[in-house]
Amino acid sequence: MIRDVEVLVIGGGPAGLCAAQAAAGAGAHVLILERDDVPGGQLVKQTHKFFGSERQYAGDRGIFIGQMLVEEMTNHPNVEIMTDTTVLGIYEDGVVTALKDEQHLKFRPKKIIVATGAAEKFLTFPNNDLPGIYGAGAVQTLMNVGGVKPADKVIMVGAGNIGLIVSYQMLQAGVDVVCVVEAAPNIGGFLVHASKLRRAGVPICTGWTVKEAYGDGKLEGVVLCRLDEKWQPIEGTEIKVACDTLCLAVGLTPLAELCWQAGCHMEFIRELSGHVPVTDENLMTSVEGIYAAGDVSGIEEASSAMVEGRLAGYAVAVSLGYDVERAQKEVEAARAELVELRSGPMGGKIRAGLAKVAEKRGGASC
Amino acid sequence: MANNADKDTILCRCEDITREMILECIAEGYQTIDEIKRVTRAGMGPCQGRTCRLLIAQELSRAYHVPMEEVLMSTFRPPTKPLTMGALADAWLSEYDGDAAISGRAIDGKEGGNGE
Ligand SMILES: Cc1cc2nc3c(=O)[nH]c(=O)nc-3n(C[C@H](O)[C@H](O)[C@H](O)COP(=O)(O)OP(=O)(O)OC[C@H]3O[C@@H](n4cnc5c(N)ncnc54)[C@H](O)[C@@H]3O)c2cc1C
Repeated sequence: MIRDVEVLVIGGGPAGLCAAQAAAGAGAHVLILERDDVPGGQLVKQTHKFFGSERQYAGDRGIFIGQMLVEEMTNHPNVEIMTDTTVLGIYEDGVVTALKDEQHLKFRPKKIIVATGAAEKFLTFPNNDLPGIYGAGAVQTLMNVGGVKPADKVIMVGAGNIGLIVSYQMLQAGVDVVCVVEAAPNIGGFLVHASKLRRAGVPICTGWTVKEAYGDGKLEGVVLCRLDEKWQPIEGTEIKVACDTLCLAVGLTPLAELCWQAGCHMEFIRELSGHVPVTDENLMTSVEGIYAAGDVSGIEEASSAMVEGRLAGYAVAVSLGYDVERAQKEVEAARAELVELRSGPMGGKIRAGLAKVAEKRGGASC
Repeated sequence: MANNADKDTILCRCEDITREMILECIAEGYQTIDEIKRVTRAGMGPCQGRTCRLLIAQELSRAYHVPMEEVLMSTFRPPTKPLTMGALADAWLSEYDGDAAISGRAIDGKEGGNGE
């Protein structure tokens, strides 16, 4: 049996929830499919206070922002959330398949909003498959969702915001954080997060990387080495450091596999951290009726993911003829909000990436 | 990104494919992720290439001196994660008349076939 759906939102993170909020608020019927057992996306494990502007609830802890959105959507008469439901495919005829409790389900949506977020990148070095080597996301989930102390003695790789925040949260959980290793010459994350670690006595070693890991059956330590200005290891600088856990926070990349499947025009855009669907000013991909919002269309932040979700949600409402006048105003307001969010020096990379997307869109007009 | 991988470093964790195996493919003249996938199974495990796809793309980019922007990606097909034959069979049985399905009437394709 194929179930007809008006608006199908894939992924219940901040982008998906805000897309549902907008579309349903204008009168559309929305079904959210979320592979996790709870909706909220990355917000579920963000126990720290968020940066950003007040309109996107900055100053609040991520987890509370998520809970608020989830509660609102759970109680919304026009919205249904199915958790533990992984979308498996988007087919040429527009049918979407999903797996829930070992059941294979099919949907035929009028509009699809893909809001699947991101996947973690991995590093290649000898013995990187030893047990005890984790992505930062897994460690954060164990700690903040599962309540499990993830390690006794850890080395963090990556001094971007994720690496810094997760390191600090491990300190709070009683883990011995030996150091944060960062290949770049500078700390990528915000100074507030770096300062907290430094005040606690954790060294942040810029210009260093992991040469290899060692251990008999499980991680026992790593060999670190210095990098020259061309990012090449400097011979003779190797040091051996004991640890039971190595945590990799070396960046995220858009989880855009469903957009690929659907045949969307995709481009590799460095500034957006990977392959992204090329979208128009309504966030519609090159495939009619399929939209993309949040980290899936470029790694950014929860604040912009929420506004992108809202933009896509209202754009879908307009295209379905719901509350058109107000929804169109909301679309324009969201666009203006995104411009403002990305206006600072931190937004430079995103602006460059989006300019490339716009160029690709122009180049492949068909 | 600094690359400290040696020949034994695993690039595809699901299928235990080392960097050496990927480099051998490239030395033999394979040029795309899909070709390498077909001969080694890299990217065909439970995570469906989520981790190794970009790592293999980087090796291709380095070996053939093409920017990452131009490395041809593999074909993405459903499902995004492995599922049991049982789940598919259950869906099929509930969709079509059970007796007909079991006696094989629906099998010759007139009504079946949903792409999987
Ligand atoms: C440690 C850390 C700290 C951060 N701090 C901040 C901060 O202070 N301020 C800020 O603004 N941002 C912050 N961020 C970034 C922010 O969390 C993300 O940018 C944001 O969550 C992206 O939202 P999203 O909805 O696009 O994706 P996600 O939150 O990743 O949600 C995507 C959802 O889609 C689901 N999904 C994926 N594939 C499927 C599928 N096939 N079927 C069904 N469901 C699927 C996932 O399970 C997930 O729930 C932080 C991130 C991290 C990791």
